[in-house]
Amino acid sequence: MSVAAETVILRRSGSGVNLARFAVYALLIVAAAVFLAPLVSMVFTSLKSMDEIRAGNLLSPPGAVTLEAWATAWNSACISVSCAGLKGYFLNSIRMVVPAVLLSVGLGALNGYVLTKWRFRGDNLLFGAMMFGCFIPFQIVLIPMAFTLGKIGLAGTTAGLVLVHVVYGVCFTTLFFRNFYVAVPDELVKAARMDGAGFWQIFTRVLLPISWPIIVVSVIWQFTGIWNDFLFGASFAGGESQPITVALNNLVNTSTGVKLYNVDMAAAMITAAPTILIYLFLGRFFLRGLMAGAVKG
Amino acid sequence: MAATERMAGKRRLANALPLFVLSPSLLMVTIGVYGFMLFSVILSFTGSKMFPRFVFTGFDQYERLFSNPRWGVAVQNIFIFGGLYIVLATILGLGLAILIDQRIRAEGAFRTIFLYPMALSFIVTGVIWQWLLNPGLGLERLVQGWGWESFSFKWLVDPQMAIYTVVIAGVWQVAGFVMALFLAGLRGINTEILSAARMDGAPTHKIYTRIIIPALRPVFLTAFVVEAHLAIKSYDLVVALTKGGPGFATELPSTFMYTTTFTRNEMGLGAASATVMLMTLAAIIIPYLYSELRHERRG
Repeated sequence: MSVAAETVILRRSGSGVNLARFAVYALLIVAAAVFLAPLVSMVFTSLKSMDEIRAGNLLSPPGAVTLEAWATAWNSACISVSCAGLKGYFLNSIRMVVPAVLLSVGLGALNGYVLTKWRFRGDNLLFGAMMFGCFIPFQIVLIPMAFTLGKIGLAGTTAGLVLVHVVYGVCFTTLFFRNFYVAVPDELVKAARMDGAGFWQIFTRVLLPISWPIIVVSVIWQFTGIWNDFLFGASFAGGESQPITVALNNLVNTSTGVKLYNVDMAAAMITAAPTILIYLFLGRFFLRGLMAGAVKG
Repeated sequence: MAATERMAGKRRLANALPLFVLSPSLLMVTIGVYGFMLFSVILSFTGSKMFPRFVFTGFDQYERLFSNPRWGVAVQNIFIFGGLYIVLATILGLGLAILIDQRIRAEGAFRTIFLYPMALSFIVTGVIWQWLLNPGLGLERLVQGWGWESFSFKWLVDPQMAIYTVVIAGVWQVAGFVMALFLAGLRGINTEILSAARMDGAPTHKIYTRIIIPALRPVFLTAFVVEAHLAIKSYDLVVALTKGGPGFATELPSTFMYTTTFTRNEMGLGAASATVMLMTLAAIIIPYLYSELRHERRG
């Protein structure tokens, strides 16, 4: 990092300005290349045949582009005992992520509303207690959760996974909405109350219409977190309800015989596609969620 | 009479409504976070194997845990992995943030490139790096092709070095996020102080070491907490990249807990390891949450 500091010295002292600018860009471009290389290699590898992979290297572009590895990953790759590819697991993940996101974001919005506009004794303590739930190592809840899901008949089901993701997602969505609504002036709520608006009317007419930025942030945060989850999926899902991350890991790590790197890479890209697309199109909101999740209180 | 009673009843209902709305979440957090935490801690004092059995054995499981060689490796690894992960991600993130803060062109493109790994699942990251670092066709072949014929890179299958591949993949994933944290911090520094220092003729490296870096202290703290939290919780990355191997060379507390509980059916021991993880994380998170919330109340 001394290099970075030095470039600034050069720039500010007036001499060698161009050299300093050049160094800044050179460092950035090298860093960007290093960060992009894994993605480039993944794309290239997924488009090659195994013969071509053995003949080339990580970054050699595919000579004869083939989508065979993608088709195999989607339709016919072997995952544990069945050889039907990732497509069923992709649907499992969608069936899990949609209700889990809707429920956790909806509850988070209501919680945030109550905790800021209908304050009561001890509400801050309650909020603090909820916050801690965001940061526990989930290993501490795995055993009792497994038993509870078994007791209520949700072991190995998508509904069980949805429940788990709502329980541990609601802490974060509450945090997001609370911190957003805290900045909404109480006068707005008071004025609406004067006009005779009740609890629900204030929420739907006054707060919800201005909430779309935090709704987008929460939905992206929850979607990314739940889609990318592995621990809960591996612990609580049965073979029929396994999410795609668990299937990807099984596909890559349990295969015997020759390792099909092109199929591995295509499968990894299929798994990553939804969250990467969201990141590319809604990156601003993705970042805002990350920052809000990091800067607690 | 009846009308006023109805009004009073309505008001009581209106007062209860907010708490009623909050109650499902409260129930979930009370049971799912605190109740389950307690359950696991209690289990750690029992001799439970495959199923919970409430035969209390005192601190036996903790004694077994700390004399278990696999747990010893896991603890050693979390210090190597966590330490390097935190230090390298912080240095890299700060460096990238300072570079990006130099009023460069295409800032948005650079930021997008550095941050995209954060959108990936740790499983995807593990799979990618397993390919990149595989001895034979991976990095080794690439560098040999560039002319360094004797280049050898077999960390992934070397018990001594495998943990460092987890560090590499982990830092690659998180560095962009740390960069974003520092960039927000850099952009938040009062520019008047900076120009005043410049007017006084302070050289730029002094401005960095005396003003900018000290002003970023809260960001360092946030970055540390986020990184430590991710490091202690990280499970998926190791599973996908090394499966905890070769042997159990890349065992972490999180993988130890999982295999001990669910593969080896040593539930009491698994619960003890989870309790140790919880205590460690709580020691980092609680003071941080406390200071953040207190700060907010003051402000």
